Amino acid sequence: MTLTDYIAAAPEMTLLGLICVVMLVDLFVEDESRMVTFWLSMASLAITAIVLSATAPVDQSREVFFGAYVSDPFSQILKLGAVLFVAVSFLYARDYLRANDLHKGEYYLLGLFGLLGMMIMMSANNLLIMYLGLETLALSMYALVAIDRNNVLAAESAMKYFVLGAIASGALLYGISWVYGVTGTLSFNEISMALAMDPSLNNLPLWFGLAFMIVGIAFKFGAVPFHMWLPDVYEGARTPVALYLASAPKLAALALIIRILVQGLGELHETWSTMIMFVAVLSILVGNFVAIAQTNIKRMLGYSTIAHVGFILLAIYTGTDGGYASALFYALTYVVSAAGAFGIVILLSRRGYDAELLSDFKGLNARSPWFALMMLFLMFSMAGVPPFVGFLSKLYVIREVLAVGGVGLAVLMVVASVIGAYYYLRVIWYMYFEQGEDQAVLQASTDTRLVLSLNSIAVLALGIMPGWLLAMCIAILG
Amino acid sequence: MLANYILSVLIWLPIAGGVALLMIGDGGDVKSSQARLMRLTALAFSLLTFLASIALYIGFDNAERGMQFVERVLWVDAFNVWYYLGIDGISAPLILLTTFITPLVVIAGWDSIKTRPAQYFSAFLILEGLMIGVFSALDGLLFYVFWEAMLIPMFLIIGVWGGERRIYATLKFFLYTFLGSVLMLVAFIWLYVQTDSFDLLTFMNAPIGLMAQKLIFLAFLIAFAVKVPMWPVHTWLPDAHVEAPTGGSVILAAIMLKMGGYGFIRLSLPIVPDGSEYFSGLMIALSLIAVVYIGFVALMQKDMKKLIAYSSIAHMGFATLGMFLMWWIVADTGAGLGMSGAMVQMVSHGLISGAMFLCVGVLYDRVHSRQIADYGGVANTMPVFAAFMVLFAMANAGLPGTSGFVGEFMVIIASFKANFWFAFLAATTLVLGAAYTLWMIKRVVYGEVANDNVAALQDLNAREFIVLAILALSVLLLGVWPAPLVDMMNTSIEQLLLQVGQSKL
Repeated sequence: MTLTDYIAAAPEMTLLGLICVVMLVDLFVEDESRMVTFWLSMASLAITAIVLSATAPVDQSREVFFGAYVSDPFSQILKLGAVLFVAVSFLYARDYLRANDLHKGEYYLLGLFGLLGMMIMMSANNLLIMYLGLETLALSMYALVAIDRNNVLAAESAMKYFVLGAIASGALLYGISWVYGVTGTLSFNEISMALAMDPSLNNLPLWFGLAFMIVGIAFKFGAVPFHMWLPDVYEGARTPVALYLASAPKLAALALIIRILVQGLGELHETWSTMIMFVAVLSILVGNFVAIAQTNIKRMLGYSTIAHVGFILLAIYTGTDGGYASALFYALTYVVSAAGAFGIVILLSRRGYDAELLSDFKGLNARSPWFALMMLFLMFSMAGVPPFVGFLSKLYVIREVLAVGGVGLAVLMVVASVIGAYYYLRVIWYMYFEQGEDQAVLQASTDTRLVLSLNSIAVLALGIMPGWLLAMCIAILG
Repeated sequence: MLANYILSVLIWLPIAGGVALLMIGDGGDVKSSQARLMRLTALAFSLLTFLASIALYIGFDNAERGMQFVERVLWVDAFNVWYYLGIDGISAPLILLTTFITPLVVIAGWDSIKTRPAQYFSAFLILEGLMIGVFSALDGLLFYVFWEAMLIPMFLIIGVWGGERRIYATLKFFLYTFLGSVLMLVAFIWLYVQTDSFDLLTFMNAPIGLMAQKLIFLAFLIAFAVKVPMWPVHTWLPDAHVEAPTGGSVILAAIMLKMGGYGFIRLSLPIVPDGSEYFSGLMIALSLIAVVYIGFVALMQKDMKKLIAYSSIAHMGFATLGMFLMWWIVADTGAGLGMSGAMVQMVSHGLISGAMFLCVGVLYDRVHSRQIADYGGVANTMPVFAAFMVLFAMANAGLPGTSGFVGEFMVIIASFKANFWFAFLAATTLVLGAAYTLWMIKRVVYGEVANDNVAALQDLNAREFIVLAILALSVLLLGVWPAPLVDMMNTSIEQLLLQVGQSKL
């Protein structure tokens, strides 16, 4: 191991060191001055981001630690995105946690640990490292969901999440063991090479392992039919936790699928693409249809996540570089709008009152026209209406699907989008067309207000000026 | 210098005005000085846009066969999407119609909008910019972006300021049109994958197989038929019209319905000529059903706005009829006549239906009812208004001397050249249109004063008078001297017919 090895892993190591500092400091901080932990965590994220940018590989990938770890532009952009959205989640969460006597250091610490897990996943070049990162992330998330230990619903959903998550991890690990058994290696590159060299390896035992791995991946994504945990966890978890779950980990899930299926098992595209297609189509249909019936905004956003995941999976299904680039673009832009939407849900809550129901949005335009407009941007973006970025990301995926001849899939996607538009429109309808009982103006600290506005305007700005982000995604994967 | 960017100015000036209004705030009380400022700002922006469009009219070259005022800047490199604008004789009249109607709509909403005037006017200004964008976009994706974005302000206009069943109406409006247009998007992307460009002019020259042409035509048909709207996907329109505030109804009838017709002319006919030929019989049949059947439906309406909405569907049936007659006419002259007739019909219907909705708005502001039965003898208390309303009703029925006559007459002549029965059915509109419009006039305007509400009516104020007078003048002018309009589009229609005449197989 040389110094280059450590440089490539420097961001993760820095983050780990900083987490230890935050943890130690937090021990000696009184509840009243918990803001110290918040600012320290933010500083840690900023330093991590700086180290990330400083060690950025220039359009090449560096494989280190005997090929177990990789630092390439793909991991770089995902990590930067994850750091950014963890920071945004912390900011949106802060005031809510303070108002609800939940402002403990654990939220930030677990969030940071989760980020560490995500970053390891994004750089994993080996099935076991991937698993290691995944479990670091998953354990942090289980604990995060249970952070409000007096809340029955939160405890229940944490339990559900933990049990189902453990089963899915088991399935993934089981699949990994079969793939290892067939190919004799854990490294993605070596697996890929082995499959290319010896087509006879492409046989039933490998497919068996592959199927289990896809179950694990689909679970982590929340794709149908392994989605049942997702709406329950979003609903049960406190809103800041749901915000955290809904944003950055989706980027880690993208790394999971791209690294394993594309980088490692790309040779098996014909085999896995059918499975992914079924999972994707079911996700789009179930997500959009069931979301219509929801009255709880968090559950609705949960089902909407499932539908969006279906789009990401369809992009992966194409098996083309353009398809993977579109998946990256979709995931990045989806995270922007998901963070914003949960941010506004948090803003609607006050001390002792969680805004959970769609009807809490009634009359928002009369209360706070600015935030209503921001939510309007986010909802139309998620519905895929131009000029917002959600339209372009859908367009990109549809284009890639059409390029591999999927006219039927493309029609299904757009029709499902129209069905999906209904429940996004309902939020706008409640905000603009209905009168609310609550007339209070939304309160938000200046920094939250500013970042939330930037976040929402970003979906418009990215929709009008998508060039640089598209070019980046294409340069990385295209 | 600015002349080169006049289309961009026309698109972005009203949008900038709309954003500015949103920023200033929601204006609170209508009587307040702030609300007054909002209205003046909105009027100023819409008038400036209108002035800019006059420059467009002056600079427009009737003899030019290609696109004019072209602007072309790379927008999204990765998709090869261009910010590509340009107009010809087909889009120019519709842009002028848009900039002409919008200030009138702003004036019409002057003090009838009690809640959130800033958001109201802002929505109309943004809508204006987007509609001009649709008429001038020459890049498929840009076209689609404007086309869809337009739904957002209209959704809010109907939903926030509409009548009792506004939420049902606006959701229906949004979902119907959204469903229609996403299939158009799939067709665009399919064409893009084939040609590696979203350029509409490239699409027009690309060879496409017959099967693909048929499918693309159907995808376009769903998008545009919903917008026009054609029978049997018209049912959103009466709901949307009835529930929309007056300004919303005017914009819907006068301009948004023209999007569908424009789409057929700009996209369906030149991009998939063989597909259009294949389905032209179907199109003519649907158009004739709209003319005849919807005419009967209009006859039975009790609600004035609904009646005008149905009459819009019937009149737009004429426009689509004129467009698809060309394959049924052997002589060359008739084909151009049908197409020109369709265009004249669209412009004239924009003016007349807008004016009719404004008339109903005038009554509604006073009595708060749209029911025909709640009126009677309005002429006794509002003589000036009655004169205007009768004029517009005559125009709606296609009386010679008004613009309503010109388009219908051209289309009927063209359909005579195609087939006697087409013309026979189309001509029933002369009877039906007169019947439903004039019967409504008889019940609303003439007769004894029906009730106390009518007895208490005040005649037009200066603001309303100006709006209706301007519209009345333009309806008459276009009726007796349609030459400027027809000259403007002649060359482009010839060009279009050449294009459509060439098979792409």
